[in-house]
Amino acid sequence: MTSSIQEILNKYPNAGHDSLIPILQQVQEHMGYLSEESVVEVGKYLNMPTSKIFGVATFYNQFRFNAPGKFHVQVCRGTACHVLGSATVLNEIEKNLKIKAGQTTKDKMFSLEVVACIGACGLAPVISINGEFHAKVTSETIKTIFDSYRNREVVS
Amino acid sequence: MNLTIEVNNNKLSAQKGDTILDVLSRNGMGVPTLCHMKGLFPTGSCRMCVVEVEGRKNLVTACSEPVNDGMKIMTHSSRVIESRKTIVELLLSNHPDDCLYCERNGNCELQKLSEDLNIRERRISGQKNNYRLDVSSASIVRDPAKCILCGRCVRVCDEIEGVSAIEFVGRGSKTFIDTSFNHGLNLSSCVNCGQCIMVCPTGALKEKSHIAETKDNLSDPNKTVIIQYAPSISVTLAEEFGFKPGQNIIGIMNAALRRIGFDYVFDTSFSADLTIMEEASELVHRVKNGGKLPMVTSCCPGWVKFAEEFHQDMIDNLSTCKSPQQMMGAIIKSYFAQSEGIDPEKIYSVSVMPCTAKKFEQQREEMTQNGISDVDAVLTTRELARLIRLHGIDIHKLEPEIADSTLGTRSSAGKIFGASGGVMEAAVRTAHYLITGKEMVKFQVRGVRGLEGRKEAKVQIGELEVGVAVVSGLKNASMLMDEIRNGRDDIHFIEVMACPGGCINGGGQPIGADEEAIKARMTTLYDIDEKDAIKVSHKNPYIVELYDKFLGKPLGHKSHELLHTHYQKREVK
Repeated sequence: MTSSIQEILNKYPNAGHDSLIPILQQVQEHMGYLSEESVVEVGKYLNMPTSKIFGVATFYNQFRFNAPGKFHVQVCRGTACHVLGSATVLNEIEKNLKIKAGQTTKDKMFSLEVVACIGACGLAPVISINGEFHAKVTSETIKTIFDSYRNREVVS
Repeated sequence: MNLTIEVNNNKLSAQKGDTILDVLSRNGMGVPTLCHMKGLFPTGSCRMCVVEVEGRKNLVTACSEPVNDGMKIMTHSSRVIESRKTIVELLLSNHPDDCLYCERNGNCELQKLSEDLNIRERRISGQKNNYRLDVSSASIVRDPAKCILCGRCVRVCDEIEGVSAIEFVGRGSKTFIDTSFNHGLNLSSCVNCGQCIMVCPTGALKEKSHIAETKDNLSDPNKTVIIQYAPSISVTLAEEFGFKPGQNIIGIMNAALRRIGFDYVFDTSFSADLTIMEEASELVHRVKNGGKLPMVTSCCPGWVKFAEEFHQDMIDNLSTCKSPQQMMGAIIKSYFAQSEGIDPEKIYSVSVMPCTAKKFEQQREEMTQNGISDVDAVLTTRELARLIRLHGIDIHKLEPEIADSTLGTRSSAGKIFGASGGVMEAAVRTAHYLITGKEMVKFQVRGVRGLEGRKEAKVQIGELEVGVAVVSGLKNASMLMDEIRNGRDDIHFIEVMACPGGCINGGGQPIGADEEAIKARMTTLYDIDEKDAIKVSHKNPYIVELYDKFLGKPLGHKSHELLHTHYQKREVK
């Protein structure tokens, strides 16, 4: 894994601090998240303290610090979804999975992410699990949806 | 170029390049500030210092706005006051209302602003901050719930110390200050210098207190409780009791410590003399035997940890000497315990330090002998003041007393350790004697005195020209180390202190001192040196006796066992 981060860094010769965000984006694209080791390595390369990188990365919703689970759940918190109750949906999912947004369940099955707008406002409130959209979710349907993924895991 | 500006209808002269705040401060016309830090680039983020400028639609931050000729400024118009008041009301809206229990009650900038702006009711209620206390560090406790996000701790850690252990994390109303990956201070690069505490306007940062343990041991009849105090304490403690800065109350402090119940009162300046004996000998040894140069001092535990993290290739340049605190601790539990017939395990050894990093140093595993730690508890100057108040002692009524003689008598070389450059000067005085067999004509190395972050001098010792450099503030240390790495070879001996100006401005000192106060503390130390009869460590009769009766000679076998240490490389995360 380390060497592949090096490969990403090699694409940025003489990089300054302004290359931080593109580098982090590539690291996340490659690993699915920003691991501690990768942040340390980026810090060494850019001569930047890890606390500063962590500060920048936590400023943006797009970066995550836990390895994604087998099923990556994205909850849309865009305007249309918000109006139709996505806050309750998020709350319910957090309860169902017993994790907070940005975290991954202990069994590494689910990870949860909040996104600004998926672009499917007609389906609000909408969530996406590994790219599969679930429209007009309610507190009631959440349990069914997640159980179906859990069963899928057992079958496979 | 001279400019004239008009402030509240008074004409004031100003220079081109001044900020509005510069001119106001020079003329004693205050505006409140929060995020502003003297000497650092203004950020204008807290907006406490806003003023009204004629012709400008919006309020202007005085800290960051350069003056123009003819500028007309109102610093306390109703609009300005209303704006400042709203800012403070918003800061208070999510602040825990626990002033009565707060460390900084009565010495809190937020409290003062609220008082000054006459805020008498809660107009805005928000959700209270709810963050975990960070108690992971041996030295510093962080309470993000009390943080008002002024950012001064982040800046001092980055821009003065070059450590960057903490940073703004998250965004918007969820922003708070934390270490990388929320690991807590103990796993961060924090060097425990405590400069963050010194700049914190509220109780969000404080030292990890050792008062309770100290009290427990004071009331244990089976324990001999011994206290030592660092050279700078006697010139700063007085400020906690309303004396003007720079007052030396060493005699009163001795009396107070005995009233509290300490069985023996010792002066760390004595072991500073001991440090000089070992360190000057080490320097001479390195110079004569082609050892690693430049040699760098090791009495500042903040610097030591910093070097272990960020200057690992220079670790062999560090002197192997323990700090005066640890040397005193080691001597108390060996030589002193033996001569008094006390079981070292029954000694509880407390030190008063101007420093929070000393709390970390005391817990280092290297700082033990046969499983017994050299020092058991470390109090800051602030904690000692609290302990004195806790015991109801009125220091204005005490008659001065002297410290206990065995380990309480010092030369003035040990005393000047408290100021940046003092260790260097004391070491040069003894090194001069060790090399030439003669004393210096004038015991002064002027070039290394003062509060500048970087000082250099050439000292003639016999036929040898010795290059010395003194830095304080770890960012300055890093710059110097880079120069050495890049081939600079005219420096033989370097003193590094983590805190700007040295221990007189340490992270354990009274909060709220300005540059003038720190200067006054320094002046007092050099005045003491000026007036003292014994100005060199090697002439301290008790040091001579200690070597005769116990240690043998500097760098000898016993010294190595008790007074020297080693360092470890530390991974920075």
